Amino acid sequence: MKKVYHRIEKIVGNVLTIRASDVTYRELAEVTSRRGVSLAQVIRLDGEFVSLQVFSGSRGIETDAQVRFLSHPMTIPFSDSLLGRIFTGGGQPRDKGPGLYENPIPIGGPSVNPAKRIIPRRMIRTGIPMIDVFNTLVESQKLPIFSVAGEPYNPLLARIALQAEVDVIVLGGIGLKYDDYLFFRDFLDENGALGRSVLFIHTASDPIVESLLVPDVSLAVAEQFAIKGKRVLTLLTDMTNFADAMKEIAITMEQIPSNRGYPGDLYSQLASRYEKAVDFEGAGSITILAVTTMPGDDVTHPVPDNTGYITEGQFYLRTGRIEPFGSLSRLKQLVNAKTREDHRTIMNSMIQLYASYRETLEKQAMGFRMSVWDTKLLKYGGRFEREMMDLTVNIQLEAALDLGWKILADCFDPAETGIPSKLLKKFWPEKAAV
Amino acid sequence: MSNTGTIVGVNGNMITVEFGGDVQQNEVGYAKTDSLELKAEIIRIRGRRADMQVFEDTTGLTVGNPVEFSGELLTVELGPGLLTQIFDGLQNPLPQLAEKCGFFLQRGMYLPALPRAKSWDFTPAAKPGDTVTGGDTLGTVPEGIFQHHIMVPFSVRSECRVEEVAPAGAYKVEQVIARLKDDRGQALEVTLMQRWPVKIPIKNYVERIKPVDPLVTKIRIIDTFFPVARGGTFCVPGPFGAGKTVLQQMTSRQAEVDVVIIAACGERAGEVVETLREFPEVMDPRTGRSLMERTIIICNTSSMPVAAREASVYTGVTLAEYYRQMGLHALLLADSTSRWAQALREMSGRLEEIPGEEAFPAYLESVIAAFYERAGLVRLKDGRTGSITVGGTVSPAGGNFEEPVTQATLKVVGAFHGLSRERSDARKFPAIHPLDSWTKYTSVVSDKDVAAAKRTLRAGTHVEQMMKVIGEEGTSIDDFVTYLKAKYLDDVYLQQDGFDAVDGATPADRQKYVFGIIVRILETALNFADKDAARKFFNQLTQKTKDWNRAASGTPEFQEIEKQIQAGLAEVTRS
Ligand SMILES: Nc1ncnc2c1ncn2[C@@H]1O[C@H](COP(=O)(O)OP(=O)(O)OP(=O)(O)O)[C@@H](O)[C@H]1O
Ligand SMILES: [Mg+2]
Repeated sequence: MKKVYHRIEKIVGNVLTIRASDVTYRELAEVTSRRGVSLAQVIRLDGEFVSLQVFSGSRGIETDAQVRFLSHPMTIPFSDSLLGRIFTGGGQPRDKGPGLYENPIPIGGPSVNPAKRIIPRRMIRTGIPMIDVFNTLVESQKLPIFSVAGEPYNPLLARIALQAEVDVIVLGGIGLKYDDYLFFRDFLDENGALGRSVLFIHTASDPIVESLLVPDVSLAVAEQFAIKGKRVLTLLTDMTNFADAMKEIAITMEQIPSNRGYPGDLYSQLASRYEKAVDFEGAGSITILAVTTMPGDDVTHPVPDNTGYITEGQFYLRTGRIEPFGSLSRLKQLVNAKTREDHRTIMNSMIQLYASYRETLEKQAMGFRMSVWDTKLLKYGGRFEREMMDLTVNIQLEAALDLGWKILADCFDPAETGIPSKLLKKFWPEKAAV
Repeated sequence: MSNTGTIVGVNGNMITVEFGGDVQQNEVGYAKTDSLELKAEIIRIRGRRADMQVFEDTTGLTVGNPVEFSGELLTVELGPGLLTQIFDGLQNPLPQLAEKCGFFLQRGMYLPALPRAKSWDFTPAAKPGDTVTGGDTLGTVPEGIFQHHIMVPFSVRSECRVEEVAPAGAYKVEQVIARLKDDRGQALEVTLMQRWPVKIPIKNYVERIKPVDPLVTKIRIIDTFFPVARGGTFCVPGPFGAGKTVLQQMTSRQAEVDVVIIAACGERAGEVVETLREFPEVMDPRTGRSLMERTIIICNTSSMPVAAREASVYTGVTLAEYYRQMGLHALLLADSTSRWAQALREMSGRLEEIPGEEAFPAYLESVIAAFYERAGLVRLKDGRTGSITVGGTVSPAGGNFEEPVTQATLKVVGAFHGLSRERSDARKFPAIHPLDSWTKYTSVVSDKDVAAAKRTLRAGTHVEQMMKVIGEEGTSIDDFVTYLKAKYLDDVYLQQDGFDAVDGATPADRQKYVFGIIVRILETALNFADKDAARKFFNQLTQKTKDWNRAASGTPEFQEIEKQIQAGLAEVTRS
């Protein structure tokens, strides 16, 4: 048993400093004060001074609080009994179930050797045409939903989780509104999916340091399931809260910020979490769907910007729809050659025409005369938005492709679509009422 | 006589070490615990204390742990067996690590870069009595498609006499194949492999010469409009998702060079996996062998240790320099140099240096310049030439090119392929901006034609801007046709479907042929009854030309479509 320390030298932000020896970097400690017991982690060693970040925050910690080192870094217990359970970011039960302690595994573990990864190859079907047709989600992909506050991103996340055919769902809530937490819990429960889910929830009113643990804890658990051969879907909402927590802590630690107050390692910090998405050779996989709210609807804000550079595409959620521009699944080409031969063509042509439609809308707004071509585009754009983009549309990929051809044929001459002649011959619907 | 120190502080991946003996800046040392040995590099010395960046996660280190200094800078191994390999930023072979450790990378596990047990067929080229110096060839071994030169270590500066050369036969990389004596009578043994510190350029050549020959990438907008020369440098800045990596992947497959080194620097692991799983299966039309045989991958992706990411671009360029010394043409592709710059920034922050713009260190510019300076076409002592072409992607914050890394890079490169968010959003790939980009090198087609095409593009863009204000009805039919011509050029020539086998790779002679015809079309005066007729014509022409792009050269289909294009054009040509 290690020595217990009683004298706190310094408290700044959520970090306290003591004099201690034989302490290792990132070691965990228990801090006992009149407020109760909290875990803390070593974040800096400087001679005899040891700085610790207190998970439950430093508020109310006295200078004679007790610090006991635990001789190991942060861990999370792993077993199948996690399924159906809800925990805090620190791994304490949030439901009425018992605490779990067996089989502790480290969090934030090493990265997968790139030589052991395989090329993703399975599509995840969602029944949402804007995803399945235009930005196909692929198993082991990491993909954020870029959204302004107020958009229905959490319901979208929940719906995808439910319709995706995966073995395990891990939900990491970061700074979640309490109502949103209840929504996820009840939605999964009502649809019979709670039994294959594990929830790590940090709500807006919980200590901020704990929110930093949520992605690591969720992904460590996901990784264990994946190694056991399970196909795991990890949902993280909202990663902007995670980045903001890092910012807050970096500033109290007097680190030099790089961009709008965020620390210079924001990219590396986010990447080390997102890169946990993987398809293991001969085992399971981890797919990560995250939410990144964009302050001020600004995609160049450091959080969405760094995220975009890390993830394999993004879904833009705006006015309740997944925007065709800016939304992108970078892995789609790995699977959409095998779905149906017209998939790629429909995907490209419909988006290009929709772009022209948007230009026509601008011209119309400026009061210009509409040409024959403009009129066709207007008809097309309206139908595209109603029949494909609307999030309530719930159809399988093949039906959506057929619908695509129908809309094109109802609006255009074949040559106007830019579709290769070979495919036109095969797929262009018979009676093309122009 | 080992030189050791003691850890007195740990802050992220930086440790502060108190030392007794003498150390040098950038010296490598190993921080030791009961169970681990972690590689680290000295980055600052103050008094008896050295700050070291650790190339691994530092969890578990403690004050009082010993650090053993190696007396060496960060070096790589040079010798046969580099090609086809996949290394991390410190030259650890990843497939061998996987065999040993399984799914996950294990801290403190370092394996030799070159296989020790493998034998190579050595053929001597030098003989006793010859006078040689650093970089001179003593013999060769076949390595895949090349005769790999075994050279006198580059660090040898003086004239040496060859005392003995091993007879032809099979040797392992650590075996001695020659004995030399330098001008002071010192004996020197040469093995198949040598070591070289990555941050110091290899300069055992006679002179640098001006790059002129184009490096053909088979990407039309590059070779025709913004070419790169063998031995030149180029950069590809662009916002996320604009197509930097896809461009580099196309270039790494198609570029007409001998050796390709891909430095995946702080980007996604998945992208490297595509390359390393696919290249062994893809045939290189130049050699008839798999693409992997000319490729080396340096893979230090975003979740791998940040300090090793900083080292990875140097490891890459050092390997390129090694092959250049053999008279080969090497291409180094670094994706993304911004991640490397960020690694510098993170470390600078830990050192509490005075930050420059966006918290990048003040020396950022000179570091970037020095890196690109390692490219170049050189003449070797025996008259042959070798080259390194360096292409780096840049990932500017917010996609805004007015930021330190992009600006520092633009000052030193010979070609700028700026990717545009507008074009990538409109799925116009490659999204290289045709008016903003520039090059200092010579095109594969005639300059006159390029100038004509650019005039059309500018004029068309001008009309397009005008039309936004005055509408289509206010635009003259001539202006409107100019606009359509520019759009046509963009649609069928600048844009290229990277995923189509034929369209994705246009060889230089096909570019000359097709571009010639397209420029003639742009220059032909055309007659239309009205704008709708003009639009209809160009829609059909675009469609036909795209089909043409997908038809393999020399096939009946190719000739047939060309005829149809010419016939269609004749109908609307103003007489
Ligand atoms: N030449 C191309 N042809 C077709 N599609 C392309 C092309 N280039 C890019 N794309 C599309 O754009 C996506 C993003 O491209 P890429 O990964 O190269 O972007 P990037 O600029 O490297 O982004 P990041 O900075 O985030 O790494 C690809 O997944 C692909 O869907
Ligand atoms: Mg990229």
